[in-house]
Parts: sequence; structure tokens; C-alpha cells
Amino acid sequence: MALPQCLAADVLVIGSGGAGMYAAIEAARQGCSVILADRSLIGRGGATVMAQMTVAVALDEGGLDHPEHHYADTLSAGRGLCDPAIARLLCEEGPARIREMDGWGVGWARENGEFKRAFAPGHDRARCVYVDFLNTGPAVSKTLRAQLNRIPEIRRVGDLLVSALALRDGECVGATALHLSGGQPVSIAADATVLATGGLTRMYRRNSASANMMGDGYALALAAGAELIDMEFVQFFPIGHLAPRLVGMDPIMWDPFRYKLGGRLLNGRREEFIHRYGSKDDGRYVVTRDVATYAIIKEAEAGRGSPHGGAWLSFEHCSQAELRAAGGPVIDRLAANGIDLTKQAIEVAPIAHYHMGGVRVDATMATRVPGLYAAGEAVGGANGANRLSGNAITEALVFGRVAGKSAAGHARRKVSKVDASVFAKEEHRLAEGRAAPDFNPAAMVEELQSVMQDDVGPFRTQAGLERALGRLRALRAELPSVKPAAGEAYDTALADWLDLCTLTRVGECVAAAALARSESRGAHQREDFPGMDPQWAFNQALSLAGGELRIESSAVPA
Amino acid sequence: MSASAKLVIRRGASGEPPREETWDVPFEPGQSVLDGLRWIRAHRDPTLAIRYSCTNANSCKECMVRIGGKTVYACIVRLRAGTMKIEPLPNKALLRDLVTEIAPPDERLGG
Repeated sequence: MALPQCLAADVLVIGSGGAGMYAAIEAARQGCSVILADRSLIGRGGATVMAQMTVAVALDEGGLDHPEHHYADTLSAGRGLCDPAIARLLCEEGPARIREMDGWGVGWARENGEFKRAFAPGHDRARCVYVDFLNTGPAVSKTLRAQLNRIPEIRRVGDLLVSALALRDGECVGATALHLSGGQPVSIAADATVLATGGLTRMYRRNSASANMMGDGYALALAAGAELIDMEFVQFFPIGHLAPRLVGMDPIMWDPFRYKLGGRLLNGRREEFIHRYGSKDDGRYVVTRDVATYAIIKEAEAGRGSPHGGAWLSFEHCSQAELRAAGGPVIDRLAANGIDLTKQAIEVAPIAHYHMGGVRVDATMATRVPGLYAAGEAVGGANGANRLSGNAITEALVFGRVAGKSAAGHARRKVSKVDASVFAKEEHRLAEGRAAPDFNPAAMVEELQSVMQDDVGPFRTQAGLERALGRLRALRAELPSVKPAAGEAYDTALADWLDLCTLTRVGECVAAAALARSESRGAHQREDFPGMDPQWAFNQALSLAGGELRIESSAVPA
Repeated sequence: MSASAKLVIRRGASGEPPREETWDVPFEPGQSVLDGLRWIRAHRDPTLAIRYSCTNANSCKECMVRIGGKTVYACIVRLRAGTMKIEPLPNKALLRDLVTEIAPPDERLGG
């Protein structure tokens, strides 16, 4: 095997969604050399590019809004578990980042020169900017890519699957990766590292995420000695597309239609039902994600679901002109899929969409491991037990900037003391193993997704969570004996094997934290412990001690 | 209602003589060729190399292949009963099976 390649930079950013791209831009602004690594193409994987519409931001033109109001709504959605300093940062810096994107030509929708602002559930006023039509994510990604490409200090490297952080004396000094296209280990020396790897929604059978969103950053951080927080809180997006099968459309595509047109959410008998669950729908989109998820699943369980086990979403009362105004060219894409919304309802059901938990950081995005930072969805704490619609892109940009700045500051203060020995163990681990797999890692990934969906999904019980933990640990125990050796170009079986190491560890974190939390709060709903328990108004922090997962309760910061 | 497609896939790594392998893939009407390729990996042969991120949204642009001689995204072409011939892109360097080097040159590791 060829000698491993060695890369070096002041700052390494892992993941090139919105948070990673922004962190790289900011670290370069601060005078650092940067490597921006991604396991897929730069700026095309992850969650940012998938965003359909809303970006929450308190723009104060005309006295219409103020970050304090956005902050109050964020805390309220978080059901008492938000880290106030991180949530405040998101809300206070949001306007500057959104205006900067505007200056960079992202194309926020406007009317008479003013930003158009959509009302989204959980907000006290119309607060969400967007790019038409269903184009927020692609426009944000394209705008950031254009900025990145102008900065020679940023080296962009795709197809790098980071499998371990490198440590020296307890400090993070870079990472080791598998170069997917070449099949060889690669070492990356860096004085500071930013994890911008997004969330974990690919762990679920029904998800709205890119295939590369499976908690990589959480597993890397945990193994390096950092803490994770709020891991039990996985947000299910209630109206993910279920049927009929569409191609070329993201499953969260109905959100913009609901923002603009309301739409009617109906059960299998074509009755409105949200009011039975303590909220209302009434053709206006006001029900929050956790309540709607609960209501849709409970209706289906009671035998009142749509044919595929979800709910109907109907825009049949809308005119062709209204639909065209709301959806633009998306109406043509629907027509190509055989859908005419004036004549038929579609079926929707909850789908794993976002993870509130993540790497524990302070308001400078620093973990407890020196030299290690996090940004974007990989960060835990800003959104508590439930995320407010529209906060994800905002946090990607804000936390990306802060992490990039903090990482650059750390890199400037530091005398580099890295050498090849810190990468050797992981390079060896990647290289060892069998020549050809005699197991099916792709099938194991699907099995794991079923375990998570069935027993660690929107509704949880002690028995289900214990069953899931048993299966996850059994899957994990199988892995060492079946590892494929690195060395082949684009070895998808090895990539799956590495993913399974991550998935089983991160799945264990979610299930163990969910098992410990004997109450229902926000996105964490226990069938055996209905209702919020004031005594559980604290966070849970997870860490590794001697290879075992440890869960500690931790007071919500004041 | 389930149907079956016959996927004829050109396989092999760079420098190897290419070979064709054929799988019968069951599908529900409406499913994509990418669904079929993922089904093969999970149920028949996990070593089949394909690349994709977004799975269904056609936003990552990674799943570009040749189907029936045309360059297409596997996530938006629907499976159909009968034979579908799937090949890697002819004008890009082959990595393995259906995966070619599609990254912009300045985003590759090189070496």
C-alpha cells in the first residue's frame, strides 16, 4: 500500500454544509490556512442544500421585529432546555448573517423592496425569509460556494471520510480520514478543528436528510473526549411526503405550500383532527412540529390513517392560479409526477428531520477538548427539546462564523506540535481487515434504521428502548470481526462499515438518553411517561469513560 | 402491485476489464433507478459502487450515470419493467463500477 498522504493547515473544517462553509470563510478571514473536508462533494451534501424554505431572523426594519422576540420564541419551543447563551447568539447575530447573504446575492424573496417574511408555526409574527420557489437551501449553498471559491487560503477536498480525530496530550491536532476515491488513509494536521458534520437523521428509515447525515461528528467528538448533550431529542417533521411516490422532490417539500396556502390536514376519513390534540389547524399552518407528529401518528394508530398510514394533506380548495403563485415551477414538477393538487390530496407522515442534541459547546463554539469546535446542527443546546421552524439555516451561518473565528484564534495562539505518530493508530485501523466482505453492511445499515425508527422514533417506551439498546450493542459487537481492509477505490462496503461504527455508537447515545429521561418533553415522547415533569427540567450530558457511555444530569445554564 | 426490472450494470475498477452483471430488481411503480441500485446493495451485493447523498431531491447531483446510452440522474429516472442498461459516465475517469471522478479538479485530493 502507498504511504499515507499528509495534509496540513491551521484550521480543519469537517463538513461542507452551510456551517462548515461559513466556518472556513471566517477562519480564512482571520488569516488562517484552511482545509475544508467533506465525505461527498463540497457544498452539495448535508442538510443546507435540502432546505426548502424558511430562515428565521428578527429583522427590525420598521420596528416590525426584534431579536428579543425571536429569542423568546426559541426558548419557548425548546421547552425549558435551551442553553440561553447559545440561543441568544443565534437570534442576535442572525440579522447580520442574513443581510450579509443578501449582499452576496442569495436572492431572498422581496415585495416592494422589502424582504418577504413568512409566518411559521411557533413564531409570534411573520419572521422567516426565504428564496423562491422551494429554493432556499440550493441558493444558500450556491452563494457560500461562490464565496469559498474566491479564497485561495481555503483548500477544498471532497471524498474524505474522517474516521478519527487526532489527539496529543488531550488536545485535538487534526484528523485521520479515508480518501474514498483513492481508498487510502489520509492524515490532516491542524492546530484547530471544527466539526460541521450536521445531525443524525439518516439513522431513521424515514428521513429527510442526505445519506451523509448520520452523526459522524458526534461519534468523533465523543471518542476524542468531548461531551454530547440533549441526544434524546430528534425532531420529526410531521408532514414529510409519503405517497404517491415522487422523484426529484425532497420529502419536506410541502412546508412552503403550507406556509403560503395553509392547506388542510385530514385523517383517513377526511376529517380535520388536529384540534383533538390540543392545537388547531383550521386551514392555517400554526400547529407545532411535535404536536402535529403526535396527532398524525395517533390518528393512524386509531385506525384513522390515510391508506399508507399517514394523513391527507389537501390543497383541493385552492385554485390553479393560487397554486401556481405559491409553487411556481414546482407545479410543473408535480405535473411530471402525475400530481394535480386541485384534484387530489397527497399523503404525508412524520419523517426524521433534525437533531436538537449534539456536541456540547460554550458560546464560542468550543468543546471541552482544546482545539476542537463545532458548528451548525452538530451543536447541541441552542434548540433544547424542540427546534423552532427556520432556526437551522440561521444557526448554520451564525455558529459557523463563531466557530471559524474561535478556531482561528486557537490556531494563532498555538505552537504546532503535531507529528506523524498521532495518526498512526487510526491509519493502521483503516488498513487492517479482510480483503472481501462476507457480510452485507448495506443490509446492516437498513436493519439499524429499522431499529431506530421502530423503537427510538417519535414515541418511546422502556421496553422498546431496551430492545433497541440490545440490538445496537449486538450489531456493534459484530463489527470488529468483519472489517474490510482499506485500499480499494470507492469501497462502499468499507464506507458502510465505518458508518456502522458511527451509527451504532450514536444510536446508543440517543436510545440511552431517551431511556433515562422518564418524562415526555418536546420531541421526546414516552408512552409510559406522558406529560412533562418539572423535575426533568435539566439537560443530559453524555461522555465516554473507559469506553463505556456515561450519562450525567446537568442543570440548564442560567 | 409489484413489478420487476432487469438491471444490466457495467462493473469494474479502473484498469480492470469491464464486466456486465444482471439483477432482477422488484419495484413498486414510481420508484427510481437509484432505489433499485440501493436495493441491490442491501439485498444482493454490497460491493456495488454507487454514489449519492440526497437520495431523492435531485439536489446533490452525485448520482449521474448513463442509462440506455443517455446521461441522467439515477434518482429521477423511474424503474420500468424490462431491461435497463446502466453504465458509468464515459467522459469521466472511472473509480469503480458506476462511480466516476465527478468532483471539480480543484476539489480533489490528487496524488
